[in-house]
Amino acid sequence: MNWNRKDLIGLEYLSAAEIEHILAATDSFKQVTTRSIKKVPTLRGKTVANLFFEPSTRTSASFELAAKRLSCDVLTLNIATSSVKKGETLVDTARNIEAMEVDTLIVRHGAAGAPAMLSRAVKACVINAGDGWHEHPTQGLLDMYTLRSRLGDIKGLRVSIIGDIAHSRVARSNIWGLTKLGAQVTVCAPPVLLPVGIEKFGVKITTDLDEAIAGADAINVLRMQFERDCAQAFPSRTEYFRKYGVTQERLQKAKHDIVVMHPGPMNRGIEMSSEVADGPNSVILEQVTNGVAVRMAVIYLTATAKEASL
Amino acid sequence: MKYLIKNGRCIDPANNLDAVADLLLSDGKIENIGKKIPSPKGAQTIDAQGMIVAPGFVDMHVHLRTPGREDVETLESGSRAALKGGYTSVLMMPNTDPAVDTPEMARGLKEQAHKESVVHAYVSGAVTKGRQGAQLTDIAGLKAAGALAVTDDGCCVADDGIFRKALRESARAGLLLIDHCEDSKISGKGVMNESFMSTKLGMRGMPRQAEYEMVRRDIEYARGLDALVHIAHVSCKESCDLIRKAKKAGVRVTAEAAPHHFTLTDEACANYDTRTKMNPPLRADYDVKAIKEALADGTLDAIATDHAPHGLHDKYVEFDAASFGVIGLETALSISVMELVNKGVLDWPRLIELLSSAPAKILGIPAGTLSKGAPADVTVLDPKAELLYTAEEVASRSKNSPFIDWKLTGLAMEVFVSGKRLVSGGQLV
Ligand SMILES: [Zn+2]
Ligand SMILES: [Zn+2]
Repeated sequence: MNWNRKDLIGLEYLSAAEIEHILAATDSFKQVTTRSIKKVPTLRGKTVANLFFEPSTRTSASFELAAKRLSCDVLTLNIATSSVKKGETLVDTARNIEAMEVDTLIVRHGAAGAPAMLSRAVKACVINAGDGWHEHPTQGLLDMYTLRSRLGDIKGLRVSIIGDIAHSRVARSNIWGLTKLGAQVTVCAPPVLLPVGIEKFGVKITTDLDEAIAGADAINVLRMQFERDCAQAFPSRTEYFRKYGVTQERLQKAKHDIVVMHPGPMNRGIEMSSEVADGPNSVILEQVTNGVAVRMAVIYLTATAKEASL
Repeated sequence: MKYLIKNGRCIDPANNLDAVADLLLSDGKIENIGKKIPSPKGAQTIDAQGMIVAPGFVDMHVHLRTPGREDVETLESGSRAALKGGYTSVLMMPNTDPAVDTPEMARGLKEQAHKESVVHAYVSGAVTKGRQGAQLTDIAGLKAAGALAVTDDGCCVADDGIFRKALRESARAGLLLIDHCEDSKISGKGVMNESFMSTKLGMRGMPRQAEYEMVRRDIEYARGLDALVHIAHVSCKESCDLIRKAKKAGVRVTAEAAPHHFTLTDEACANYDTRTKMNPPLRADYDVKAIKEALADGTLDAIATDHAPHGLHDKYVEFDAASFGVIGLETALSISVMELVNKGVLDWPRLIELLSSAPAKILGIPAGTLSKGAPADVTVLDPKAELLYTAEEVASRSKNSPFIDWKLTGLAMEVFVSGKRLVSGGQLV
């Protein structure tokens, strides 16, 4: 197939074939990242700007490395929302950066829809690096890539997503991507952290962690942000860990080769125990490694689609 | 100047009239209505064959942003938008900057409107000082200054005690109390309807309970005090059900709905287009259906636009950050024709009633009728005329309409305000 989108806003908007296409492209970039010389000249002369309106160390670093390994020039801007309040609108900020002949904008923003809005406002490629509770498509892709490299075909896999579904863009991107590729997805959360209408996503729902783990081929454990989103829902961290923390004892009842994922940053002892995080089922660091390759694929595909449309 | 409007289908719900007739306007009054009126000397004749001749429309809920935000709407631009939509009277909400919360301000604005507005622009006052919800305004004084209603619109009168006092005070003063029903403890920082869509889009939802639990409260207080309350912009089925039941039980409650709420659902928010962001928000399919039924069966009394202009810098931003509200004066008639009459929800006389005589009666203004001797506020509309409503077409100073680029059917072709012909051939004069 031909990739012809200049932007990546969310996995909701992609077809199964398009997702497969990105994952296939990731394979070749993965090879690059494991060589001793980790750089290809593919996008030499292109400029990529990381526009992070919300702080993030890892996603920003991952995108930066991905762009550099494609030989792009990279500009990383951490834009505190306080300076945005002084009057410059989001679109103005983006257009100003674009005016410096930037080819790709990688956007992380606290407001859902911000990258979608920018994709209509600029000619540059726009890649969503996480927008509010909406989507984090490259995280969804790297999770699927990791799953596939561990377990083979995603079709028919049973994947459980555990934690704060309501406030998680990672959950949404995973649900869209996995269901499109034919996985059976279960979401597991305390009732207050299950968002309205979640049943319409074509997922199974449970509030019981053991049920989510039983028979699952993989679990994806979400980060809890007690201060920000969950204060009313779950006042006590220990209480959360007792009911929803993934521990070795709980995994005893699971498939022995169950894959354990976490999008990071992880709160050890809240979402999962250290034994699980560092144990044989965990692929958490592999996810991080794959993240760079997935992002190389996305930067590459969108940039060449834009080129072709000119 | 005299005008003879010939052979139109004259619909005057206040007089139970729906017949092909001629209408003679003279010296700002309706001089005659009937078959084959001979043309008086010097009268201009207008052929209205195939058209509907109706009382000028009355919009009991508009924000004309004066004083304070004349950059997004003025009395002049807002009233021109009204005219274009067939409206000859509007009630201005008091959530201006500053709020209209004293008799002096109400009087001043009334005088300004008299000079600057091209339609009858009536004034309403705030229920509480600065619309802060804490201290009642001088409601009797506002009435004496010419205000037609009190409301904290934009906000609900949230405090039960204050609301109860306000209801008693407005009943005593004989002034209409309009409530924007929203329990902000429930709606919180929501930006759209709470639903599958808000979950999909990752946006904070405004649960429907925020509206209907407040409607329920307002009805209970109206029942208890035997006082009249008017519910603004009803957006959900449950509110319709509560109002229907209350009316049957004899509670003195009236209510309005806005065209966007009986046309669009929260699906329209899918692209994060901020022209679909308003409060109350667009809801579900079954709410649209319920509002239509409620307009047809008399549960809802009036169509009101909640015309809320916002400039680009308030709207062309992240959905979360954008102001609530859409303009509606220019599209209400067409949208109502398309959604209500052409889809068989209700008939022409009922639509004309919802747009003119019913709101006129609620407000107690001399409008909404074609009776002999009434002010010559008349709208002649072509039910089949079409218009592509582009951004360039917009007469309002702001262009935040969810109906931009829609093909509209049913347009005001001639509009008379106090006998002056201000729209002719569908164009503002
Ligand atoms: Zn309101
Ligand atoms: Zn309003």
